[in-house]
Amino acid sequence: MLRIRLFESKVLDLFLKNYIRGPVHLYLGEEAIAVGVCSALQKDDYITSTHRGHGHCIAKGGDVKKMMAELLGKSTGYCKGKGGSMHITDMSLGILGANGIVGAGTPIAVGAGYALHLQKSNQIVACFFGDAATNQGSVHEAMNMASIWKLPVLFICENNLYGISTCIRDVCRLDDIAKRAEGYGFSGITIDGNDFFQVYETTKTAVEKIRQNGGPILIEAKTYRHEGHDIGDPEVYRSSKEVEQWKQKDPLLRMERDLLDRNILTQDIIDQMRSQIRKEIDQAVQFAFDSPEPPKEELLTDIFVKEGEL
Amino acid sequence: MREITFSQALNEALREEMIRDEKVFLMGEDIGLHGGAFGVTKNLVKEFGSERVRNSPLSEAGIAGIAVGAALLDMKPVVEFMFIDFTTIAMDQIINQAAKIRYMTGGQAKVPAVFRTQGGGGTGSAAQHSQSLENLFCYIPGLMVVMPSTPYNAKGLLKSSIRNPNPVVFIEHKLLYSKKGDVPEEEYLLPLGKANLMKKGRDITFISYSRMVHVALDAADQLAQEGIDVEVIDLQTLSPIDKETIFQSVQKTGKCLTIEEDCKSSGFGAEVAASIGEECFDYLDAPVRRIAAADVPVPFAASLESEALPDVDRIIRTTKMMNS
Repeated sequence: MLRIRLFESKVLDLFLKNYIRGPVHLYLGEEAIAVGVCSALQKDDYITSTHRGHGHCIAKGGDVKKMMAELLGKSTGYCKGKGGSMHITDMSLGILGANGIVGAGTPIAVGAGYALHLQKSNQIVACFFGDAATNQGSVHEAMNMASIWKLPVLFICENNLYGISTCIRDVCRLDDIAKRAEGYGFSGITIDGNDFFQVYETTKTAVEKIRQNGGPILIEAKTYRHEGHDIGDPEVYRSSKEVEQWKQKDPLLRMERDLLDRNILTQDIIDQMRSQIRKEIDQAVQFAFDSPEPPKEELLTDIFVKEGEL
Repeated sequence: MREITFSQALNEALREEMIRDEKVFLMGEDIGLHGGAFGVTKNLVKEFGSERVRNSPLSEAGIAGIAVGAALLDMKPVVEFMFIDFTTIAMDQIINQAAKIRYMTGGQAKVPAVFRTQGGGGTGSAAQHSQSLENLFCYIPGLMVVMPSTPYNAKGLLKSSIRNPNPVVFIEHKLLYSKKGDVPEEEYLLPLGKANLMKKGRDITFISYSRMVHVALDAADQLAQEGIDVEVIDLQTLSPIDKETIFQSVQKTGKCLTIEEDCKSSGFGAEVAASIGEECFDYLDAPVRRIAAADVPVPFAASLESEALPDVDRIIRTTKMMNS
């Protein structure tokens, strides 16, 4: 969680200094979900991510150097500078890709689940998506098919209340999106997405059930994004009071408090971790700055798999 | 050699590839016991079971996405969209996902999926079941577009499409399914991206694909009786296009007529004509001309539909004008 927090804080800083182009959607304030979910997965399980995907990628073990280089459009980045923030992928870690189209990752996750089903694997797919995605038709189709064919997919709805400026309460009659699962014939559960332990425990139980029974489960994790939809969002749709109230429920501070209260960590250790991760992020930034731009010849590569490749 | 229908040839291609590679699976609406809207998947569910011949709900966007996700995990999905008109519902997954993933990930991922569908008019099915939308897919970098014309190339091209590691949109013409033709018993593959010289000639080149190849050949036969010797090219793959075969022919004949069933404005023939203009202009004895469908939604009434779609007479008239 700390690594995501410090990575993204640095990204915000670099963006404001014009080192990063294009839209960047920060995950600040939602870290407990990515980390809680990914900690409960096996290393070889898969995830699909969203346009707000840095946290998922780091939680699944993504390399912050390659991520930072990708955000700066460098050839050493995860996608050789061809994808940017919204397309970070690491096939070797089971990260099937962030996605610039809201909801599009859900049928892809179900397809990965179908592949695992045919391969008789006991791996699963965790599919992250936001509250706004639940009004996309493809999400309904994906959930329905995951259910009828009992596919090993864990749907994780990160309900951060807003799709850009539109509050979920204005576009969905249900208080809890998790209730939609019932309509497709599987179970859904709503949890506090700012509580790492709750996310982790709920996911662990859900993942065990999925591995045993095959069928999907939906977890709706309620949370809040500290920043706007993207950097530069004027945020006219929410009050600073609301933002402040949610910042009081910051999942990272809460985690730290919990760990101190339970005598699991000391303040010294937390401080050490913070300075160590800060150093790691600084090194990632340096790596990105030192890396070359993609050469012009790269423009026309990777469109098709050529004979002999892969 | 034995004769089988276009649907049987496709059915054999699917069956052989499913036997050869257990990663191949089929998904689509009514492809199970029903055998697909045009009988292409007939009996396959009996042989391979309902997991590998997966009858799906009416969810085009969803099944296209499933193909993408499964392909990312090294499977070889072959999705059937009952009518090409319904691919419009699945465009995000085909255009934004399947076609782009390899590029966006810097070559990390591949999407070896085949999107089978059919197109074309001529059956009185009106505007939402008769379209020729091939050009939509040709426009998208990252997709291969294949359109067979005979049972022989349907089988060879479908087998190659399934083995190809890239996303392929494979478009069959609804009037070709019952067409019979010679297909060898033994296995063969046809390369993607290669056109087929159907008939040699010296006076003019006809460039066509799918059902229009047969219309072009009929016109060429009739023109031969009048002393006009036509060369006929079946493109087979529209994207990537085999410019080499086209240019060689045009350099020989000096004249070219494109014959396609999609709408004329921004249709595929425009691309061919422009390429010839750019790269072969010095060899041309006349401007490249295009025969295509009228720029209208395909109408229902037989008289109107036949007026909208290209036919032998129009090809003959235009060719004679170009040769006069």
